[in-house]
Amino acid sequence: MAARKATRKSNVSKEELLGYYREMLLIRRFEEKAGQLYGMGLIGGFCHLYIGQEAVVVGLEACAEEGDKRITTYRDHGHMLASGMDPNGVMAELTGREGGYSKGKGGSMHMFSKEAHFYGGHGIVGANVPLGAGLAFADKYLGNDRVTFTYFGDGAANQGQVYETYNMAELWNLPVVFVIENNQYAMGTSIKRSTKSPSLWERGAAYGIEGMEVDGMDVLAVKAAGQKAVEHCRAGKGPFILEVMTYRYRGHSMSDPAKYRTRDEVQKMREERDAIEQVRARLIEMDDKIEDELKAIDKDIKAIVNASADYSKESPEPALAELYTDIYVEASA
Amino acid sequence: MATEILMPALSPTMEEGTLAKWLVKEGDTVSSGDIIAEIETDKATMEFEAVDEGVVGRILVAEGTEGVKVNTPIAVIGEEGEDMSLAAAEEQPASVAVPAALEGFEGKVAAAPAPGPAIAEPDRSPDYPEGTEMVSTTVREALRDAMAEEMRADETVFVMGEEVAEYQGAYKVTQGLLDEFGARRVVDTPITEHGFAGIGVGASWGGLKPIVEFMTFNFAMQAIDHLINSAAKTLYMSGGQMGSPIVFRGPNGAAARVAAQHSQDYAAWYSSVPGLKVVQPYSAADAKGLLKTAIRDPNPVVFLENEIMYGRSFDVPKLDDFTIPFGKARIWREGSDVTILSWGIGMNYALEASDELAKEGISAEVIDLRTLRPLDMATVIESVKKTNRCVTVEEGWPVASMSDHIGAEIMREAFDYLDAPVLACTGKDVPMPYAANLEKLALTSTKEVMDAVKAVTYRA
Ligand SMILES: Cc1ncc(C[n+]2csc(CCOP(=O)(O)OP(=O)(O)O)c2C)c(N)n1
Ligand SMILES: [Mg+2]
Repeated sequence: MAARKATRKSNVSKEELLGYYREMLLIRRFEEKAGQLYGMGLIGGFCHLYIGQEAVVVGLEACAEEGDKRITTYRDHGHMLASGMDPNGVMAELTGREGGYSKGKGGSMHMFSKEAHFYGGHGIVGANVPLGAGLAFADKYLGNDRVTFTYFGDGAANQGQVYETYNMAELWNLPVVFVIENNQYAMGTSIKRSTKSPSLWERGAAYGIEGMEVDGMDVLAVKAAGQKAVEHCRAGKGPFILEVMTYRYRGHSMSDPAKYRTRDEVQKMREERDAIEQVRARLIEMDDKIEDELKAIDKDIKAIVNASADYSKESPEPALAELYTDIYVEASA
Repeated sequence: MATEILMPALSPTMEEGTLAKWLVKEGDTVSSGDIIAEIETDKATMEFEAVDEGVVGRILVAEGTEGVKVNTPIAVIGEEGEDMSLAAAEEQPASVAVPAALEGFEGKVAAAPAPGPAIAEPDRSPDYPEGTEMVSTTVREALRDAMAEEMRADETVFVMGEEVAEYQGAYKVTQGLLDEFGARRVVDTPITEHGFAGIGVGASWGGLKPIVEFMTFNFAMQAIDHLINSAAKTLYMSGGQMGSPIVFRGPNGAAARVAAQHSQDYAAWYSSVPGLKVVQPYSAADAKGLLKTAIRDPNPVVFLENEIMYGRSFDVPKLDDFTIPFGKARIWREGSDVTILSWGIGMNYALEASDELAKEGISAEVIDLRTLRPLDMATVIESVKKTNRCVTVEEGWPVASMSDHIGAEIMREAFDYLDAPVLACTGKDVPMPYAANLEKLALTSTKEVMDAVKAVTYRA
């Protein structure tokens, strides 16, 4: 099978594009702020930023309906914002405060929202893949026509449990979209140094799973591919694999000296392929008087992000008694 | 407004660093993402990026400066023509305070407190009303009946695992379930423990109550990441939002002549994990009552069975809905000279030894712990305070064993009552051998239990 590239839809409205612009910008500014707070010592431990990959989750969320589920890795801030979670709660979890989604007990890598159908935030590379298929198993069992978006990285794509999951997902026709966010690196290991497979999505063919490669710097291409994948799942045809080609601008986590790639490589991506800039340019092309509208969005986003930072500093640390709560659910009987 | 750029923490452990090099100078315009400096941390040399756009107004720390503390202002960035004095810069909050020490923390807390009312007094209520009709049932049938009853009562309960459906269970525990409930609820999996354990946990988050059968717990080592990292920890990591109502069950420990890779007892491993509940039943009645409780429990439960016990018959109460609560030990024999503690298959040695000891005039109290997490220490301590002596019996390895844990608890809670050290009869500190004679030697035995009792009662 040859890689099928999603084609760009040309009949997109200005309103739709403005929506994507806004959502992608929110993620980028939020992540920049998180990086800043990390530098100030307000965020600790591991903190993996999503800067550069915004179009992936924003494009796919545009295909999600109420009740659809999503699960991802530790690089999860963007997924939470795009699924409608409150930036304040996310930032306060990053700073380990009571007002965080996990009351400060999960941190950057482990956050959840049942309400937003966001099932984490997982720190073990590859583990969220069968977990996502399990969510889809439950939907199928219960007769809901809901879909689970299961995101993982190019590095995770070498884990054995991914293939155990592919096998069962296809065997049982599970409504799960496997989204490989191929940002070319797993920490410092470039994809060329971890596999000789020409592509990651094609590995699904060994299990009978359909898939495709997508330009992950083009939000419209991601959305078009996502719609195809979701339709496939909702029609009861089982899982679908999207290999979304993307790029992370920042280090793997905050303590990454980035010696495995050149500054030029990063700079070139930012200047030539940036997803937000592409949408911005397109909007200006459509309407040369849009600058003011974009400025207003920038300002609005900045205010939201600053408010989340303020909240994350003001929210108190969890009460010491929280150490011993949430270990067991109390039996209802 | 001008903003101070602070010395960043560029690793989880960094407290200070060297400002190795400035890549910008005063007056330069920078935009978000530009590398402005190189900083040496305790681990590596890192590039430091600008977050906002603006003009570098002042550089406050010269390049080459060592020992620059995290959060020290190193530069001021602002807009063209702006006042870049330090005073004008936006005030930055200080770094977060180190958490205060735990107040009133008194020594080691044995285990996370189980929810519900703290039981100060041991629960000695009978498991079923007196006079209940009893039916002789094998452990195998009791387990199957428990699953079937819960599946009848709750549509979201389902079984998955290798050979559970068409083959009727590798050890026939799921016999008949496929016929009654169909392939939607009795799911044969490929041989893929890691994957299906993860799918099971995901399904438990999606509104189902999976019973995941491992053909034996030896194979669950391929899946243990999901039992612990995914099932046991998620409630905590989600601040209480997401529990994992799932049961992992199957035969555990030594069977007969299957050697090292098929003979491990995992009781101590799983019992050390906060967030898991761990059950290891001995009798058929307990197997049934505890498995029903496990399926209803909103937490992940590891249910350790034993192949050798599957065919043993016990009386099981004939009741419409018979359950046994977790954390309630059962006293099989009352006695006064020594307390023998065991659970699961170890009870065979404990009960046999107590019969023999009785003939020699030693009165042993035999307690089946039944659940290892939560652990009914109230019953244990009450008994030890009465007998002043204790012997534990298990088939697992001796190092970091359940016996070690229980012995330490007894020492702390009943030190003044002990007339002898608590002795443990465990499996030997070796991989399980195949040869019949060596295998026998590697397990504990009735004789060992008797010897231990005689040692602590000074009758040796
Ligand atoms: C099982 C496991 N092994 C190793 C790690 C350490 N680790 C964390 S992220 C990572 C790289 C993963 O790269 P990729 O899947 O491409 O995701 P990305 O970070 O690029 O989003 C590694 C090795 C881990 N968390 N879990
Ligand atoms: Mg990657």
